[in-house]
Amino acid sequence: MPLNMIVCCKQVLDPEAPPASFKIDPSTNKVIPPPGVPPVVSPFDEQAVEAALRIKDQQGGKITVLSLGNNLLRDVVKKPLSMGADELILLEDEAFEGGDSWSIANALATAIKKIGEYDLIFCGRQAADWDAGQVGTGIAEILGIPSVTVAKKVEATDGKAKVERVISDGYQVIEVTLPALITVSNELGEARYATLKGIMAAAKKQPTVWKPADIGLEPSQIGTAGRRAKLLKLFQPVKEGKCEIIEADTPAEAGTKLAAKLREAKVI
Amino acid sequence: MAENKGIMVYGEIVDGKISSITTELLGCGRKLADELKEDLSCILVGDKLGDAPKQTVAYGADKVYTAEDPLLKEYQTDSYVAVMEKAAKDLSPKIILFGQTSVGRDLAPRLAFRLGASLSMDCMELSIDPGTKLLHQTRSVYGGNARATFTSEIFPQMATVRQKAMSPLAPDESRKGEITPIKVELDPAKIRTKVLETVKEEVVGVKLEDAQAIVAGGRGIGGPDGFKQLEDLAKVLKGAVGASRPPCDNKWVPDTMQIGLTGKIVTPELYIAVGLSGASQHLAGCSGAKNIIAINKDPEANIYKEARFGVVGDWKQILPAFTEKVKELLAG
Ligand SMILES: Cc1cc2nc3c(=O)[nH]c(=O)nc-3n(C[C@H](O)[C@H](O)[C@H](O)COP(=O)(O)OP(=O)(O)OC[C@H]3O[C@@H](n4cnc5c(N)ncnc54)[C@H](O)[C@@H]3O)c2cc1C
Ligand SMILES: Nc1ncnc2c1ncn2[C@@H]1O[C@H](COP(=O)(O)O)[C@@H](O)[C@H]1O
Repeated sequence: MPLNMIVCCKQVLDPEAPPASFKIDPSTNKVIPPPGVPPVVSPFDEQAVEAALRIKDQQGGKITVLSLGNNLLRDVVKKPLSMGADELILLEDEAFEGGDSWSIANALATAIKKIGEYDLIFCGRQAADWDAGQVGTGIAEILGIPSVTVAKKVEATDGKAKVERVISDGYQVIEVTLPALITVSNELGEARYATLKGIMAAAKKQPTVWKPADIGLEPSQIGTAGRRAKLLKLFQPVKEGKCEIIEADTPAEAGTKLAAKLREAKVI
Repeated sequence: MAENKGIMVYGEIVDGKISSITTELLGCGRKLADELKEDLSCILVGDKLGDAPKQTVAYGADKVYTAEDPLLKEYQTDSYVAVMEKAAKDLSPKIILFGQTSVGRDLAPRLAFRLGASLSMDCMELSIDPGTKLLHQTRSVYGGNARATFTSEIFPQMATVRQKAMSPLAPDESRKGEITPIKVELDPAKIRTKVLETVKEEVVGVKLEDAQAIVAGGRGIGGPDGFKQLEDLAKVLKGAVGASRPPCDNKWVPDTMQIGLTGKIVTPELYIAVGLSGASQHLAGCSGAKNIIAINKDPEANIYKEARFGVVGDWKQILPAFTEKVKELLAG
C-alpha cells in the first residue's frame, strides 16, 4: 500500500568540520560559521529520508520534505529531492531564527497539519547542531500521534509500522499504529547517494515556500519570541591539551616504551 | 494550581535494582534540594518494584512515589507518559530530572511537550541560581564542541542528565523516607505501541560501562580482524573493547560497542584510543576517562588534545609490542 510520508530535514553547520575550526562569538552567543565549509542536511535527517525511501521502494508512496530556517541554501535543502523525495516545502523566514525545540516543533507540526494527509512522519533522532533530540517527539505530541524514537529499521503494513528501536544493549521490535512519527538513528545504515538523474530532477523542482502567516502562526509563537528555554550562555570548554608523545627509533620500540611509561605513571 | 515545590527524580530499575544513573540523579537532586531547602522525591514506575523504593531512600530520597501496574511491565511511551503526566500535575514538582538513557530520551521530551514545559537534554551540570532560584542547565551542544547554559521560567523545569556526569551519595540504609503508592488508571486502548520482542547483545567479559580499562578502535583499525588484536590487549588489561562510530556503521563490531554522544558514556581509569581521530562527538563519550592514551598515524589528530600519552605511527606496528610489554609488566 502506498504511503504518504513526511520527513523533517534541518540545515546545519557541517558537524564533521575540523574541531579546530569551531568558533563562538561570545557577545551574541552564536556560532561563527567556519569559512569555506558549506552547511549540510543534518546527518540523521538524511537517514530519515533513507528510511522513507526504503518504504517507498517497497510499496510506493509520496515523500514530502519539510525544512524550517532562514537563508536556506537551495543546493543543501534540495539534497533529499535528489535522493528520491518528491516534494520540498520550506518554512523560510527571518522570523524563524533563534527558535528552540518548542517553537520549531510547533511550527513544523502546524505545517504538517496544513499538508493534511500523512501516514508516517520521519525525523532525525537529534539535529547535529544543538543536539536537542526533542523536536520529533514534540511534533508527535502536538499532532496527538504515537512516536517511536531512535529507530534502526522501519517497515509498514496494514495500518501499522514495525520499528526496531535501538536501546543501550540491543534493540526492541515495536509495533505502532499509523499515523505515527519515527525518529531515525545511524544504525539504520548509510543514506543513499544522489543519482545524476536525481540531481537533474531536483534541479527542476521548485520548493514551496511558506511564511509564518501561510500556516497561521503569530510572530509571538515563532523564533526567539516563541522560545520557552532561555539561552544564558554559549561557550567552549577549555582543554589543557598537554599530551606527552613517546618517541623511539622504531614503532615497536615506541610501543614498548609506552607500556613502560604507563607503569611509571602508575596507570597500569 | 498548587505552587511548584521540590525536586523529583525519575528512577529506573535494572535487574531489580535502581540503575546507576538513578543513584547519580539522586546525588545531584539531593544537592539541589538542600540548596532550595525543599524535598527530594523519586518516582518509580513498573510492574514489580521490589526493594527499589527502599534503595532510593538510602541514596537520598525523602519521598518515594511508586506506580505499579502489570501494564507498566515494559517501558512504552504512552503508558509511562500518562503516569508521569498525572504525577507532575498532582504533585507539582519544581524540577523533574531524568537520566539520558533509552527511556529518558523518549519519555522526557514527550512529557515536556504535554506539560507545556521546557526541557534540556543531556545535561552535564545543574545548579540553582542564587538570585532567581531557577535551575541552570548546562549541556553539551554542537557535538561536544560547545556547551550551553539554559534556564526556563516555566514549571516544572525539566532536564535529562548525562550518565556518569554526577556523583551518587554513599548509600545509607538507616535513612528514613516516606513511600507512597500513586494510583494509576491506564486505558490499554490508549497505548498505541506494542513491544513484540527485545533483542539483547550478549556481552562476554567486562561490560563497557563498568570497565576500568577500555581499548577503543576507530576507522583506522580497518576491519573486524584488527579488532581481534584490540581484544587481546583488552584481555590483558581485564578491560573491554569499544569503538568509534565508523566500525559500528561498517558492521566490524556490534552497534552496542559505540562510544560517544549517541553511544555509550564511559569513564574508565584507562582509555586507549587506537586509529580514531577524536571527533568531538566521540570525545563526548570518553572525555571523563582518567587517562587517555592515543595511537594514531596523524600527529595532528584531535585525539592528542585529550590524551595524556601518545605514540604517533601505524598501530599495526606499535600495538603488538605494546601488548607484549603490558602483559610482561602485569605478570611481574
Ligand atoms: C550528530 C552526530 C553524532 C555522532 N555520534 C557519534 C558517537 O556517538 N560516537 C562516535 O564515535 N562518533 C559519532 N559521530 C561521528 C563523528 O563525528 C566522527 O565521524 C567519528 O567519530 C569518526 O570516527 P573515527 O575517528 O574512527 O574515524 P576518522 O575520523 O576517519 O579517523 C580515523 C583515524 O585513524 C587514523 N588511522 C588510520 N589508519 C591508521 C593506522 N594504520 N594507524 C594509526 N592510525 C590510523 C587516522 O589518522 C585518523 O585520525 C557522530 C556524528 C554526528 C554528526
Ligand atoms: N529547523 C528544522 N527543520 C526541519 N526539521 C527539523 C528542524 N529542527 C529539527 N528538525 C527535526 O527534528 C529532529 C530533532 O531535532 P532536535 O530536537 O533539534 O535535535 C531533527 O533531526 C529533524 O528531523
